[in-house]
Amino acid sequence: MSEAGDVLRVDHLTMRFGGLVAVHDLSFSARHGEITALIGPNGAGKTTVFNCITGFYKPTEGRIALQSGDPSAWQRLDRLTASSVRSHSRRGGSLFLLERMPDHLVAKQARVARTFQNIRLFRGMTVLENLLVAQHNPLMLASGFSVFGILGLPRFTHAEDKAIDNAVRWLDTIGLTDRADDPAGDLPYGDQRRLEIARAMCTDPVLLCLDEPAAGLNPRESAELGQLLLSIRDDHNTSILLIEHDMSVVMQISDHVVVLDYGVKISDGTREHVKNDPNVIAAYLGVEQEEVAAVATEVGL
Amino acid sequence: MAETAQARVDVGRAIRDALIAGLVAFGILLPLIGLRTAVNIRNELILEPRPFLLAVLVALVVALSLVMSLVVRPASQRRAAARPEGESVKAAERRAAIAKYIVPFALGFAFLYPVFAILFTGMQGSVKWIDNFGIQILIYIMLGWGLNIVVGLAGLLDLGYVAFYAVGAYSYALLAKSFGFSFWILLPLSGILAAFWGILLGFPVLRLRGDYLAIVTMAFGEIIRLVLINWVDLTNGYAGISGIPRPTFFGIPFNANEDGFAATFGLEFSPIYRTIFLYYVILCLSLLTAFVTIRLRRLPIGRAWEALREDEIACRALGIDTTKTKLSAFSMGAMFAGFAGSFFAARQGFISPESFTFMESAMILAIVVLGGMGSPLGVAIAAVAMIGGTELLRELDFLKSVFGNQFDPTQYRMLLFGAAMVLIMIWKPRGLISTRDPTAFLHERKTIAAKFVKEGRG
Repeated sequence: MSEAGDVLRVDHLTMRFGGLVAVHDLSFSARHGEITALIGPNGAGKTTVFNCITGFYKPTEGRIALQSGDPSAWQRLDRLTASSVRSHSRRGGSLFLLERMPDHLVAKQARVARTFQNIRLFRGMTVLENLLVAQHNPLMLASGFSVFGILGLPRFTHAEDKAIDNAVRWLDTIGLTDRADDPAGDLPYGDQRRLEIARAMCTDPVLLCLDEPAAGLNPRESAELGQLLLSIRDDHNTSILLIEHDMSVVMQISDHVVVLDYGVKISDGTREHVKNDPNVIAAYLGVEQEEVAAVATEVGL
Repeated sequence: MAETAQARVDVGRAIRDALIAGLVAFGILLPLIGLRTAVNIRNELILEPRPFLLAVLVALVVALSLVMSLVVRPASQRRAAARPEGESVKAAERRAAIAKYIVPFALGFAFLYPVFAILFTGMQGSVKWIDNFGIQILIYIMLGWGLNIVVGLAGLLDLGYVAFYAVGAYSYALLAKSFGFSFWILLPLSGILAAFWGILLGFPVLRLRGDYLAIVTMAFGEIIRLVLINWVDLTNGYAGISGIPRPTFFGIPFNANEDGFAATFGLEFSPIYRTIFLYYVILCLSLLTAFVTIRLRRLPIGRAWEALREDEIACRALGIDTTKTKLSAFSMGAMFAGFAGSFFAARQGFISPESFTFMESAMILAIVVLGGMGSPLGVAIAAVAMIGGTELLRELDFLKSVFGNQFDPTQYRMLLFGAAMVLIMIWKPRGLISTRDPTAFLHERKTIAAKFVKEGRG
């Protein structure tokens, strides 16, 4: 549990919408090479936290820091916070203050990829095209901002071949190679979920944020998803932050669980710790902590 | 038994529907067609009834309604019942196969068109066919292809596209008259200036989507037109700019002088040479537009445009700078409008704000929508049908023998457009060619059915 292992550190994050406090003074961290789950009852503010991390919302207060490469970059955190810049990179170690960055830069520079609760694929484009759009930034550079591309220079053709190879690798991983040339909107629901994850992985992220990836999946598909996420964690050097309601998935794969309720963190630790935390049980049953025992016997827990 | 009973019911209903349609048509057409204002000998305004024309049109509506409900609709229902699911995709593939042959054929025809025109109508008569039909249609094909980048690919509804056309035309006219630059210098310069204005428009409207974007772009088009009207010192206002230098054949002017084109090449002087030259210039310009668009579509920038049309938020989550992507679409589209505008000014020799009204924007947008958003071939077909159709109306002199000497078919242009659009939107709600061609493939290139492709909401 050394601090140096953190990939993401959220400090005193508060998000207000008018008078509504969606997230209040939330602090947690996610470690490199781990799957961190963010759970909580409906309306607990999980997706708001995600939107703050990925730059879609500007948090009202707080700091969101992401580190990649050399862990010593964390030592610069306070100096970076005091300065007016967004990021610091040196000798292979980079530190980003995500709350200062617009959404597309969070994805492009800090390399945080995300998926959405309601699937957001490019439905009218083929499966392969979806994975190529995800590699837009390196391809754009290779096409010389379209100048080399229009002239058809080999430099761009090579880059595109490489991008297609990368896409095919991911298609093999999620088992959709046969459907590469079909429109993404034509895929079954479960395949669309996996494709969205593959598309996010094609941006080569440091941190992958998944918003309810198991929603709407059957138990077999959920189990496959768990395997996919474990292989992403182990084989691709990508840390995962996960919002999930499906406890079977959470308890099976997460290394670290953070529980939110009404925008406040109520528990933080290993899955065993969280499972037995009376605060968590009370929040999920929707009662005060003192009444948990009574309600639990009532419903037969 | 049941079938005949159903058929009998259908006939009764068809007659009733036809009568109602006739009644509605009568009600609508009575003030529009049935009465005509005229000035009599004493210079008084009088109403002149036109019962014959009215009767013909109402009868036409009744007959059409009968044909629709007795022949067309049952036939299409039978076909729909007989057709298994998924057939439409196959039909789309068949159409794509036909499209493969259409393109080389159309290209060949476009290159040989002046030759045909001269062969069939002679040196004098062909000027009209090359200029009014060939050049006019090609200008609109080019404008349609340019707007297709903004509306069809990036999904940004632009109702003020003609503003960039105007920027191109006035850039050429003013710079050529004031500084005497040649057409070939000013052509790219006009494109660059129009692209610059595209970016200028793009910045404030980036946050807007859908209908709001459409309104603001429309306002932009009007602003440009009003500036052209009111900045009299620069643009000469309503009177327009005349005497714009005409393009030369790489330095050799098209005139009757000794150093003119005809004399240099030992030909007899005729205006046809300039017309043919202009035809090939606009043909090359529109082919350049098509080439660049098709090339860009297969590049990351083009994929980003289409992804933007499909889902803007997902684009941002993938690290695509949607601001730059939108601006690039706006400026690309504007650049081609600028090229077309400078060509227009050079061809006419005279421009005025009249040529850049909202109707022009609407016309270009109609071409893109009718053709099928995103499809270059569909846009070209729509431009040929709409602009060629307008010009053809001028040729229908024989209608005068039917409807009387005062009948002018061109006055019914907008009515016919409206009818054609309604019909196409009923039969082909996504335009003539609504399928999407993928930009990359692994195993085989499959056409994507229209139902998956989004139209973009800004």
